[in-house]
Amino acid sequence: MSEADPDTTTGRSGRGPVTDVAGPAGPADSADRGRGADQALDREQGPDRGESAERGTSVPQGTRAASAAGAGPAGEGGPAGFGLAGWARWFWRTLTSMRTALILLFLFALASIPGSIWPQRGVSDAKVAQYFTDSPQLAEWLDRFWLFDVFKAPWFAAIYLLLFLSLIGCVLPRTTAHLRELRRKPPAAPRNLSRLPQHASFEADLTVEAAAARLRSRRFRVTTGPGWVAAEKGYLRETGNLLFHVALLGLLVAVGVGALYGYRGNVLVVEGDGFSNTVAAYDRYMPGQQVSAESLEPFSFTVGDFRATYIAQGEKAGQPLDFEAALKVTDAPGARERDYVLKVNEPLDVNGTLTYLIDHGYAPTFKITDGSGQVAFDGPVPCLVVQPSTFTSECVIKVPDAKPEQLGLLVGFLPTTVPAGDEWVSVFPGAANPTAQVYGAFAGDLGLNDGRPQSVYEIEPERLKKMKPLLMKADPLAVGKKLDLPGGAGSIEFTGVKEWVALQIAYDPGRMPALVASVVAVVGLVLSLTVHRRRVWVRIRDAAASPEGPDGAPAEDGRPEGVRRQIEVGGLTRTEGGDLSEEFAEIVAALNPGVKDAR
Amino acid sequence: MPAEVDPGLATLSDQLILATVLLYVFAMIGYALDLAFGRPRARARAEAVPALAAVGGGAAPESASGTDASEGDARRTAPSAWALWAGPAGVVLSWLGWAANLGSILTRGLAVDRWPWGNMYEFVVAMCLAAVSAFLFMQLRYRIRFLGAFVMVTAALGLGFAVRYLHVQAGPVVPALNSYWVAIHVSAAIIASGLFIVAGVSGVLYLVRKDTAVRLPSRQDLERVAHRAIVIGFPIWTFAVIAGALWADKAWGRYWGWDPKEIWAFITWIAYAAYLHARATAGWKGRAAMIVQLVAFACLLFNLVGVNIFLGGLHSYAEVPG
Ligand code: HEM
Repeated sequence: MSEADPDTTTGRSGRGPVTDVAGPAGPADSADRGRGADQALDREQGPDRGESAERGTSVPQGTRAASAAGAGPAGEGGPAGFGLAGWARWFWRTLTSMRTALILLFLFALASIPGSIWPQRGVSDAKVAQYFTDSPQLAEWLDRFWLFDVFKAPWFAAIYLLLFLSLIGCVLPRTTAHLRELRRKPPAAPRNLSRLPQHASFEADLTVEAAAARLRSRRFRVTTGPGWVAAEKGYLRETGNLLFHVALLGLLVAVGVGALYGYRGNVLVVEGDGFSNTVAAYDRYMPGQQVSAESLEPFSFTVGDFRATYIAQGEKAGQPLDFEAALKVTDAPGARERDYVLKVNEPLDVNGTLTYLIDHGYAPTFKITDGSGQVAFDGPVPCLVVQPSTFTSECVIKVPDAKPEQLGLLVGFLPTTVPAGDEWVSVFPGAANPTAQVYGAFAGDLGLNDGRPQSVYEIEPERLKKMKPLLMKADPLAVGKKLDLPGGAGSIEFTGVKEWVALQIAYDPGRMPALVASVVAVVGLVLSLTVHRRRVWVRIRDAAASPEGPDGAPAEDGRPEGVRRQIEVGGLTRTEGGDLSEEFAEIVAALNPGVKDAR
Repeated sequence: MPAEVDPGLATLSDQLILATVLLYVFAMIGYALDLAFGRPRARARAEAVPALAAVGGGAAPESASGTDASEGDARRTAPSAWALWAGPAGVVLSWLGWAANLGSILTRGLAVDRWPWGNMYEFVVAMCLAAVSAFLFMQLRYRIRFLGAFVMVTAALGLGFAVRYLHVQAGPVVPALNSYWVAIHVSAAIIASGLFIVAGVSGVLYLVRKDTAVRLPSRQDLERVAHRAIVIGFPIWTFAVIAGALWADKAWGRYWGWDPKEIWAFITWIAYAAYLHARATAGWKGRAAMIVQLVAFACLLFNLVGVNIFLGGLHSYAEVPG
């Protein structure tokens, strides 16, 4: 997982399975030479190698990734030594190796694919149920493998827990190594600077101290020796890299905290009604394991007017433009009521508990008088939307209090009614000409007392068969109109139109930590991708005493008088993909003001 | 939110997009002629080296000999005068196309008075602009004209597809999309996608190119272009995903819920991260790294097209005309 300097990891010598150098081999060749030199240097400095050896050998032989990467140091196929400790050591090393982390990360991605293919419980429950009715056998098998609960599946958890461990194992040693590295001085200059990928030589009046000062002013970390200066820069790369990985860990923790200590719930509220944030008030309540019912933020609100605006004319007529619900919010018992306009994208925030507007529909109001002349029902009936473009809706009215027999009614609601043949349809989602059409009225036992929970939005077909049909398909009623049920069973009056809103209320203590972690991750990532670790050495000899210098620049006329010394400069990047040439030219120019372009 | 649409501007936008397609096609022809009859690649590449490669002084002897060899080449197949103009003509035409593309997006945005990426059509058009911009701006700094023909043909096909299959009348968006997050989240997704397209085009070319095809850009050049585009695109993509999560927190009541689009954004992210890691730490080069890159690109395309068509989800912009 972690992004080490290439030279401290395996695969340094292998350049990938395909090495195609078609055409002039210039650049590739010299880059290779650079790498060779780099490697040679690192072999000289012991400490750098420690980590690489550990990481290199921890990879079991024959790992696909290992062979594809062109094979680093040969892995020892299994644990070194026998016994439990040996195996444990081998397991830990394998788990915390970068390849394992990468493979786990891949698996993590692969494992989430089924979650996008099959409907997931908690996201689209209706579709899951549909799947079970459509193909029960297949669904049962899928369910056995948690394919409707991918993100709660044990195998999914196994992957991310391993990844978590692997990240920890990767990050800890690297952090200590980096802290050590930060305090270490750049390594001494190698003997032959001209073998480095970047080099220049010239004569100038330059002392070790002056060279060191100039490099320091370019924010290099500098150390000097007799006749040489060594400078290094770009430690931020590894810092960024570590930040990134730590932030990923933080993100996982934040998500976990949110899942344990947060909760979510849904509730449907009709205009004029209220909600107070208690477990009992929810239609559906999904708490994390560590949430207690008392810890719910004690706010409450009433829903006033809900307004939906639609495009009235033209090709896009009926497309919604805006939804808003006027709330009166009480943040805590006894607090002053305040107004809040709830909109899509603008949740109500009460101390970190957020209320979202997620859906809406119509709740026509009815007054139902039973056979004995009593008002058995009077109020709004939330209807389900069957056609979102026109808000054609279906409502079910259950009247358990009706005498002599209970009543059940199926009603269609059309917000903007126009006749179409001998039918009526809705042509617009706004309530311009609302009507309610009784499709069916039934008398008999609604079965509400048999202990099984029932949906308020439907009467089971089985149940309907047992009831006595009173009437089928009446003409639509306008607001204020009444329909008498046959046989003296009573009457139904369509008294008005209200709307309902579906709200989601969510509390997630991991939100902010997750945000911070992801921002840190991005910063770390950018650093680790853009900064390159680079080293520059300067060697200074008295001109007379240095006959060597293979491509030493010929002396120029008009150079400033002074002590002439033979200066050699060499540089390299220690990380893949870094382009040092421009910076190197600048450095050379800074060291040798007499010459414009050292190249 | 105003529901009025300025029909004049909307029509202008539609006309500009047609002009864009034409200009891109002409630009592609220019670039293609340049590839086929212009200066042979080998030499142009040797010149490109200082700009693109990670080499400086040390390369002198080798690249000098390389230049010599290709200069011999160049003498043998000296291009005719008109062929020398094909490349610059391609560049000029593609900048014109770029301007028309930009104009089309601006006029549409003005016509509806909102950010002009509220549906699949607008999103794809903006992505094509992003891809062409990525190419043109990279071209200002690096010599990557060799890629022109391929980027142009991709952009022209993308726009053609958008005009033919995705076009919807200019109009206001549904309330879910009426948020300043459109500017942040979607713009970032578009820019990153544009860069990934350039990388993807290079990757495909890399894999189909034969060793004998001397006139095509060299594998090394293609690899460098792809890598640069991804190094820039990846953090932007990361940002787009995070901004998406922030928006989801405002719009859907959770910052991450494994919606199909989220899942595939995540997979795409992992795949590009894997590419960068493979290069940076395992030292993968060449074919293997390119294949990882193209797998990532395939995930990207699947997220843009496949998820909207096959998987659905909460992203309401995904509606395409039936
Ligand atoms: C990275 C791949 C993604 C792409 C290419 C993408 C693209 C888009 C586009 C084009 C829109 C529509 C805006 C408009 O048309 O004006 C949008 C909206 C949105 N995106 Fe993404 N998105 C991606 C990932 C995500 C992720 C990972 C999240 C959440 C974690 C997210 C959350 C949202 C939200 C909340 C909206 C607006 C609400 C809606 O469309 O109903 N997106 N995105």
